[in-house]
Amino acid sequence: MVTADKSSSPGGDHAREPSFYTSQKGLKSWLFTLDHKRLGMMYLVSTMIFFFVGGVAALSLRTELLTPELDVFSATTYNKLFTVHGAVMVFLVIIPSVPGAMGNFLLPLMLGAKDVAFPRLNLLSFYIYTLGAVFFLITLLTGSLDTGWTFYTPYSTSTGTAVISATFGAFILGFSSILTGLNFLVTVHKMRAPGLTWNRLPLFVWAIYSTAVIQILATPVLAITLMLLIIERTLNIGIFDPAMGGDPVLFQHFFWFYSHPAVYIMILPGFGIISELVAVHSRKHIFGYKAIALSSVAIAIISFLVWGHHMFVSGQSELAGVVFSFLTFAVAVPTAIKVFSWVATLYKGSIEFNTPMLYALAFLFTFTIGGLTGVFLGALSVDIHLHDTYFVVAHFHYVMMGGTIIAFIGGIHHWWGKMTGRMFNETHGRWGCLLVFIGFNVTFFSQFLVGQQGMPRRYATYVPQFQNIHVISTIGSYILGVGLLWTAIYLLRSLKSGAQASDNPYGGASLEWITQSPPIEHNFHGQPRVDTDPYNFPQIDRSGGMDHH
Amino acid sequence: MSSAHGQGPKAPHAFMQHHYNTPEQQAGAAKLGMWVFLATEVLMFSGLFLAYFIVRMFYPDMVLGSHELLSKTMGGINTVVLLTSSFTMAMAVRAAQVGNTPAILRNLYLTIGCALIFMVVKYFEYTGKFAHGIFPGKYFDYARAAEYAHEHGHELVGLPHIFFGIYFCMTGLHGVHVLVGIGVMVWLVFRAKRGHFGPQYFTPVENVGLYWHIVDLVWIFLFPLLYLVK
Repeated sequence: MVTADKSSSPGGDHAREPSFYTSQKGLKSWLFTLDHKRLGMMYLVSTMIFFFVGGVAALSLRTELLTPELDVFSATTYNKLFTVHGAVMVFLVIIPSVPGAMGNFLLPLMLGAKDVAFPRLNLLSFYIYTLGAVFFLITLLTGSLDTGWTFYTPYSTSTGTAVISATFGAFILGFSSILTGLNFLVTVHKMRAPGLTWNRLPLFVWAIYSTAVIQILATPVLAITLMLLIIERTLNIGIFDPAMGGDPVLFQHFFWFYSHPAVYIMILPGFGIISELVAVHSRKHIFGYKAIALSSVAIAIISFLVWGHHMFVSGQSELAGVVFSFLTFAVAVPTAIKVFSWVATLYKGSIEFNTPMLYALAFLFTFTIGGLTGVFLGALSVDIHLHDTYFVVAHFHYVMMGGTIIAFIGGIHHWWGKMTGRMFNETHGRWGCLLVFIGFNVTFFSQFLVGQQGMPRRYATYVPQFQNIHVISTIGSYILGVGLLWTAIYLLRSLKSGAQASDNPYGGASLEWITQSPPIEHNFHGQPRVDTDPYNFPQIDRSGGMDHH
Repeated sequence: MSSAHGQGPKAPHAFMQHHYNTPEQQAGAAKLGMWVFLATEVLMFSGLFLAYFIVRMFYPDMVLGSHELLSKTMGGINTVVLLTSSFTMAMAVRAAQVGNTPAILRNLYLTIGCALIFMVVKYFEYTGKFAHGIFPGKYFDYARAAEYAHEHGHELVGLPHIFFGIYFCMTGLHGVHVLVGIGVMVWLVFRAKRGHFGPQYFTPVENVGLYWHIVDLVWIFLFPLLYLVK
C-alpha cells in the first residue's frame, strides 16, 4: 500500500550499501562535498554551535537581571550581550536552522531526487554562511556591537561599535539565505519523482517551498538596506541620517519590509515539521492537507504587507497604522487554520506519546500563546501600552523559541534515526522535553506579566518591584538551559551507544523512509515512484471518515 | 560524484549532471533558477529606486537642480551602447542555439566591447564629477559644486549631497553588475572556443543573455530617473 509500490526496487531488496557517511572518506570529502545530506549535517553542527553561543549570552543576561542593580556586567557589556544574543540567534541559528539543516537533508529525500537542483550552489551557500559567521565573530572580538539586532538609525550610524562588520556579516548571510531559497524552489519545481504531484507533497516540502519564496523576495531588500546603512555610516549620504537630511523612519520601513517576512522565514519551516510529526505519531491522515499547504503560501504573501506594525509608535501616519493593524489580524487567520488542522488530526488518532510527539504537543501549546499574544500586539491601542516592553520579548520568544526551536528539536528527534542511523534513549528524551517545556514557560510566561506591568526591554537595571518576577524568569532559564544540555548529551551519546535505527522506525509514509538509515550516497536504489499521498499510513484509523483522495 | 564537474568528451551531452534524469530537466532547472535570481536582482535594485523616489518626494527642487550637473550626452551615449549590446547578446544566444561557434564568439566580443565602452564613459563621468568636488555624502564640496553649477547656468538648492549619494549608489551598483557581466561573458568566450555550445546545450549562453538584458533594463530606468528629471 505504501512502500512496496513507491519504488520499483525498495531498499529491502538490496544488500546494505555503505551510507553517505562512509561512502567517501577524509576531510576533503566533507569540505568539498556536493551531497545535500552531508551539507545538512554540516549546517546542523554549525547552527548548534551558534545556538550554544547565543544561549550562553542569554543565560548571562538573565543572571544580570537577578537583581535590580548592575552587579555582574557593566551597562555597556549588557548592551553588547543582548545584541550578541539577538543577532546570533536570528541570523546564525533560527534562519539557517530548519531550512539549512533539515531542509537540505530531507528535501531531496522527500522528493525522491538524488540531490537538490544545484549541488555546487548548495556548497557555495554553506561557505557564504561560514564567511558571514566569521564576520560576526570578528565583530564579537573587536569592539562588539550594541545596537540590538535591528540596527536602528541614527544610533547605528553614530555609535562607536563595530556596526560595519556586523551588518556586512548579515549582508553576506543574506546571500546564503537567498541562494538556499532559490535552490530549494527550483528543486521542488523540477526534481519531483514521477507521480509526486503537488497535492502529494509532504507538508514539510510545502513549508520549505513557501519559506523559499519569502527568502527570495525579502532578503534582497535586506541586502540593499544593509548596504545603504554601511554607505550611510561611511559616507553620510543622507538617506537615513537626519543630521544629513535623511529619514530614520525610512530605515525602519526598509528593515521591517525584510524582517517581518523573515519572521515567517523562521516559523514556516517549523510549521512543516509539526505537520509531519502530528500526522506520523498519531497514525492518522493529516486533517485539511490543502488548507495547511495553501495557508503556508497565504502566510508568505500576507507577511509582506504587515511590516508597519513594528512602527506604530515610530511616527508613521495613523491611517497606515490602522491598515497595518488590520492586515496583522489577517495573517493570524491562515496561522489559526494550521493550528486547528493539527488539533483535528490528533482527534481520534492513535497518539504515541514519544519524544517527537511531546515536542509537537509542546509546540501547539507554546506557539498558540505566542501567536495569540501577537494579535494583542497587532491591536493599535494595546500596542501603545505594550510597545518595547517585556511583553514583546515574551511574545517573540514564544514564537521563535517556543515555535521554531521546539519544532526544530522535535524534528531532530523525529529524523534522528534517519540522519544518524542511531536511536536516542526514549526515556531520556521525554525527561528532556519536560525540562525544556517547563523551563521555557517559567522563563517567558513571567515576562508577559512583568511586561504588562511596564518593564521596558533592553534595560540592565529596573525598579525593585519587578525583582520577584525577574528571579522566577531567571530560574526558568536555568531549567531550560539544563534541559537543553541534557538533550544535547543524550543525543550525542546515542551516536556511540544508541540502538541501530531501522529504515522506518515510526512508520512514516513519505519517501525518506523507504531508503536505508542513514541513506546511501545517491539516496535511493533506482528511481522511486509515488502513487499515493504521504499521509496514507498502513492500518490507518479511518473512523474519522476522512476522504483523502 | 565527479561526473558533476562536467569533464569528459566534448560531445553535446557532456555537461549532463548525475542528479538529473534528462537534459530537459537540467536545462529547465537552470533557466528557472536564473529567472528567480533575476527576480532577486530586481528586488535589490527596487530598494534603491524606492530610496530615490522618497528623496525626490522630500526634496523635489533639490533633485531638479542637482540633476542638471549630470551629462545628458554621456548618459545618452551609454543608453545607446547598452541597447546595442543587448541586441548583440541576443544574437550570441541565437548563434549558440544553431551551433555557429564563430558567430557566438563574434557577438560575444561585440557585447563585451559595448560593456567596456559603457564603463569607460562611466569613468569619465565619475572623474568629471570628482574634479568639481561632487563626491557622495559628507565628502561633497558644496562651494566648488555650486561654482561649477553656476558656470553652467544652474543653481544648486537644498541638500544636493543626497541626490549625488543616491546617484553614485545606483550607478555604482549597476556598474558592478556590468563588470560581473563582462566577467561571465569572458568565461563564455573560453567555453565557446572549446566548442561547448550547440543545439543540444546552450544553457549558459542563454542564462548570461538573460542576466545581461536585466542589467540593460535597469539602466533603461536609471537613465530617465537620474538624467532627465522634469
